[in-house]
Amino acid sequence: MNKKLKGSQIIIESLKKEGVKVIFGYPGGSVIPLFDSLYGESIKFYLARHEQGAAHMADGYARSTGEVGVCVATSGPGATNLTTGIATAYMDSIPMVAITGQVKTSLIGNDAFQEADVTGITRSISKHNYLVKDIKELAKTIKEAFYIASTGRPGPVVIDLPVDIQMQEAEFSYPEKVELRSYNPTLFGHPGQIKKALRTIYKAKKPVVIAGGGVVSSSANKETVDFAKKIKAPVTATLMGLGGFPAKEDMFLGMPGMHGTVYANMAITDSDLLISIGCRFDDRITGKVDAFAPDAKIIHIDIDPTSISKNIKVDVPIVGDAKNILGQLTQEIDEKKLPDLTSWHKKIKEWKSKYPLTYDQKKRVRLMPQYIIEEIYKQTKGKAIVSTEVGQNQMWSAQFYKFNYPHKFLSSGGLGTMGYGFPAAIGAKVANPKKEVIVVAGDGSFQMNIQELATLATYGIAVKVIILNNNCLGMVRQWQEIFYEKRYSATPLKNPDFVKIAQGYGVKGLRIKKKTEVKKAIKEILESKEAVVADFWIEEEENVFPMVPAGEAINRMIGGMA
Amino acid sequence: MKHTIQALVENKFGVLARIASLFSARGYNIASLAVGETQDPTVSCMTIVVNAQDEGILEQIKKQLHKLIDVVTVIDFTRREYIDRELILVKLKKDKKQLDLGKLAKNKSVRVIEDKKDYKIIEICADRSQIEDIFKNLKKFKIKELVRTGKIAMGK
Repeated sequence: MNKKLKGSQIIIESLKKEGVKVIFGYPGGSVIPLFDSLYGESIKFYLARHEQGAAHMADGYARSTGEVGVCVATSGPGATNLTTGIATAYMDSIPMVAITGQVKTSLIGNDAFQEADVTGITRSISKHNYLVKDIKELAKTIKEAFYIASTGRPGPVVIDLPVDIQMQEAEFSYPEKVELRSYNPTLFGHPGQIKKALRTIYKAKKPVVIAGGGVVSSSANKETVDFAKKIKAPVTATLMGLGGFPAKEDMFLGMPGMHGTVYANMAITDSDLLISIGCRFDDRITGKVDAFAPDAKIIHIDIDPTSISKNIKVDVPIVGDAKNILGQLTQEIDEKKLPDLTSWHKKIKEWKSKYPLTYDQKKRVRLMPQYIIEEIYKQTKGKAIVSTEVGQNQMWSAQFYKFNYPHKFLSSGGLGTMGYGFPAAIGAKVANPKKEVIVVAGDGSFQMNIQELATLATYGIAVKVIILNNNCLGMVRQWQEIFYEKRYSATPLKNPDFVKIAQGYGVKGLRIKKKTEVKKAIKEILESKEAVVADFWIEEEENVFPMVPAGEAINRMIGGMA
Repeated sequence: MKHTIQALVENKFGVLARIASLFSARGYNIASLAVGETQDPTVSCMTIVVNAQDEGILEQIKKQLHKLIDVVTVIDFTRREYIDRELILVKLKKDKKQLDLGKLAKNKSVRVIEDKKDYKIIEICADRSQIEDIFKNLKKFKIKELVRTGKIAMGK
């Protein structure tokens, strides 16, 4: 007979069985038993200063490692504070398990103190969720949650745990296997579809590969390179796919879409074949759907069938894991049947030299944000993990830091969550203590989870914070400038002194105002063994270009085409 | 256009809410929904009649349903031969003491189950096309109340 354990102990033992080393979270009334069982345990707990921060930390941990991130919060407000983090992970398919306390089972539905219908609230923002009402189901539920979170198209799974279940006792035995008759992700591509894809590839004279987030989550970067090189197709990577194909490669086109490169958008528009690998054709990628790759056949590789033909009608769908499917395709390609692509390559080369990604380096009073990112890239040799907030800082990072490896770029792509980048970087640094972890933040978004400076200081986590400070909500201001006659409604910010704020938390603070100081300052930041908050004063009205106005065809770009 | 699809789901609490919230979150229209246990008590069957503007939406609805962890299988009856039934109760007002159902009285799918002083309740159990015919004949009566179960279906 197995030993009897309390529910809270069963949770800890189950997490250990899942190989969980780190949990992020915040205590509260409904999780006191769980925190009691965590006391003195081998699993390291990181106390955030807001549950949203804890959720993003778990997300950053997951994105930078590919493992499941775990966060814990109490019932009611604790759980509702987690939801932005859960939704962020859901939109970007990040494996995460969120454990929330719940009021005791007898009180559920009674509007008890700190009660919220967590399974109801998280239903549409999680891959799956559970309310554990029977302690006998607890271990099995945790096993299933980790399995569901990490397989197929990954995503967050919520486990809502009433406080009395945490205190009851039951025999503990952790299930070896998961049996879910209704959940069996397809892993390998259908052979018929593979053949059909190959026939389509043999006919294409102007192919383009789009590497999406699926390449990163399936760790199919090597397979993507092998495949693209074999068929000699240029490759563009979406925001979520950055690092899925090395940016240093000649065949790399940068990012497509709203703030993509001109040449990526021109190539897509002119192509006769698009091969999407784990890209779900978000509206930021496609722009006006009717004008998106109008002459192209589309091959779409995706593990989630719902992503196929949702936004863009697909000619050859292949459901399965990108890594396996690319392996299947590359292996079966008959190189003799591939057409000559010389003229396509020539055309792409012309676009690349005619419309390079660039920015105005002269006649500026304050610093150019692009220059700062380029300098960080140079000094880190492209090896850092870069986390971003949302807005201009995010786009400049995506454009000017060259990502050569997967799991190095952490950014809220789908949900676009301001306040994501800083806590996500903390999670990434906890997972990768030896790697350089940098946050590129805006002065607006940094303040959305600025309280996590306390987490940074408490645990001595050496994350480097780069604030691109333009004293405004830059991306919205940019839209107001271009589309709303410069009516700057609610976008100017009166900011605190970020250096003093950092110092107040016990974190080193720097301010950089002159171009001549940038190189030296970045060197100092990178050499620091401790966390640094660096407040770079950038051009206030600098815009992210090129830009496709929302709903416009992607080859009709503003900026970058002059 | 209306399509009949069937989802076999885990018979657990919260599953109906998952299906309903999927439809509302993605803006799909449910024309009717009937739920009940099957011969296997761990499985419930949901027959859903949906309004889908085009094939693409219908495909999405099916795929999204299937994506839910608690959904075991999804069957689309659009291109299949199937039998369907719906149960409808109608309370008809009697103006005079008598109420002559006329043609309806001879219809095998229609049964009088209550006959009171001022009303009559009839039960209609029929498929979609029969129901349409019966409804045409019902027009001349004063309907006080009408309830329907929603359609259930079974492949041939």
